[in-house]
Amino acid sequence: MGIEKDTIEIAPGIRQVPGTPVVISPIDKIINWARAGSMWPVTFGLACCAIEMMATGASHFDLDRYGIIFRATPRQADVLIVAGTVTKKMAPIVRRVYDQMPEPKYVIAMGSCACSGGIFKTYSVAQGADEFLPVDIYIPGCPPRPEALLFGLLNLQQKIKREAKRWGFWR
Amino acid sequence: MTTYLEINKKQVNEEKWEEPFYLNMGPQHPSTHGVLRLFLELEGETIVNCTPIIGYLHRGVEKLAETLNYNQTIVLSDRLDYIASAANNTAFALAFEKLMGLEVPRRAKLLRTIVCEMARICNHLLWLATHALDIGAMTVFLYCFRDREWLLNIYEKICGARLTHTYVRIGGVRQDFTQEIIDELYKFTEEFPPRIYDYETLIDVNRIWLKRTKGIAVVSAEDAINLGLTGPVLRGSGVPYDVRKFRPYDAYGEVDFIVPTGKNGDTYDRYRVRMEELRQSNRIIRQCLDKLSETEGEPVLAENAPDLLIPEKVRKPEPKPVPKKGVIFKGEEVPVVPPGEAFASIESPKGELAVYVVSDGSGKPWRLRVRTPSFVHISAIPFMAKNHLIADLIAIIGTLDIVLGDSDR
Repeated sequence: MGIEKDTIEIAPGIRQVPGTPVVISPIDKIINWARAGSMWPVTFGLACCAIEMMATGASHFDLDRYGIIFRATPRQADVLIVAGTVTKKMAPIVRRVYDQMPEPKYVIAMGSCACSGGIFKTYSVAQGADEFLPVDIYIPGCPPRPEALLFGLLNLQQKIKREAKRWGFWR
Repeated sequence: MTTYLEINKKQVNEEKWEEPFYLNMGPQHPSTHGVLRLFLELEGETIVNCTPIIGYLHRGVEKLAETLNYNQTIVLSDRLDYIASAANNTAFALAFEKLMGLEVPRRAKLLRTIVCEMARICNHLLWLATHALDIGAMTVFLYCFRDREWLLNIYEKICGARLTHTYVRIGGVRQDFTQEIIDELYKFTEEFPPRIYDYETLIDVNRIWLKRTKGIAVVSAEDAINLGLTGPVLRGSGVPYDVRKFRPYDAYGEVDFIVPTGKNGDTYDRYRVRMEELRQSNRIIRQCLDKLSETEGEPVLAENAPDLLIPEKVRKPEPKPVPKKGVIFKGEEVPVVPPGEAFASIESPKGELAVYVVSDGSGKPWRLRVRTPSFVHISAIPFMAKNHLIADLIAIIGTLDIVLGDSDR
């Protein structure tokens, strides 16, 4: 094919014509590529894991280099990181924050408490964030290391890149 | 005070909007340090009344502790004040040791003191980072996290965990320091004081910082005592109360340090107290490291310290002991915890942390009560926030240094 000879692949499925600002790609691939490079999580800490989330965003691990910037309002965010224990009193509020986020949106359950309730099998703790939210990525650990959170976020990027039929189809 | 629901109903029914403006702050708010919710009654931008609503992180730790062994309970204490877990571990361990009548070896005491002071530095660095970030200084945040990361790496070498390290055990500590850790800590204590100076050059005489902190949330010494404040918040008002000096535990009796106090009791004084505490903690770590060489090779766990699992009843040796593998009991008679009660309090980085435990003779605590500083400090917010602006409320929450896991338990 001529396209493959004359163009360079800058990302899977996305080809650029050299020396020009022209990019040839299916529309969902290029939108997924752009979205995977700018995931904005909402600043929402619940418990211990929030400290590790802050550490991930701070100087040593530096989430900004992946285009991940914390936004203080859910209305400008794409990703909800459920960082910590979700109690039964807090669950409706987490759900409301999730509902306020614009589509497309993703949820990361960070830490054992958000995954399954962890060691807190008590009367006041919701046993996992997936009881009331559609969770995309689970990160185990109590709390997970910042590298684990980074791994989870990179996995979410891969998941976004694999998405199809969300864009470029008339339905 | 009327609740917000009644007020809303009243406003809708009477269509009268001359009443004060009511505002909910939190629980999802970046500067409430977790899931604190504040119900504000405003007049313009001035706070007339403020009601803290807590319980969004109530995990039932005290109830859960009644179903666990004493050693397992220490794991729960990590998750109370997750910024300075070592201090919490120590408080729990001290109470249990008092209950069981254990004597901790000297080396273990020194190691515990080092770990506790490292936790204090970690906590104050995180406090400075978030407090400064809330008020508007971004650079301090990045600087503080850089140095905190160094301490967390040392923690990782000590026990393998960064944040929730159950390093302190009943009757001592889990394992001894290696020479590498001691060298690293020596290096840290040498390089840390100039770095405190770095933070101070950033904000100490910064005009915005002074405007935002001087004269904000002034608490007199009398008020501070009446409100039950402890820790740096109390010392900022000029009361030199420190559990480390008054009821020395671990190795605090043999180290030399001063208790810094403030004068005016405003946010700036509390900031100064904490910065001075960083230097004192550094000094304590240094002294303890020097003393470690005297106790080289000594045990770090008391001989009669309980096993990781305490049976609920006295175990008689079985007629034919056939322990297969993964043995925890040696088939011998294990002394259980005597019935009684014990109280221990320590100076955690946030204030006085006290543990009261009642035993009924079984292997589990019958009742465990934790007096946490954050819970008391949150109750002081309405007093401190009165007649301040909303923007100052952020500074007040920051200066009290509250953690909701600590408060709600």
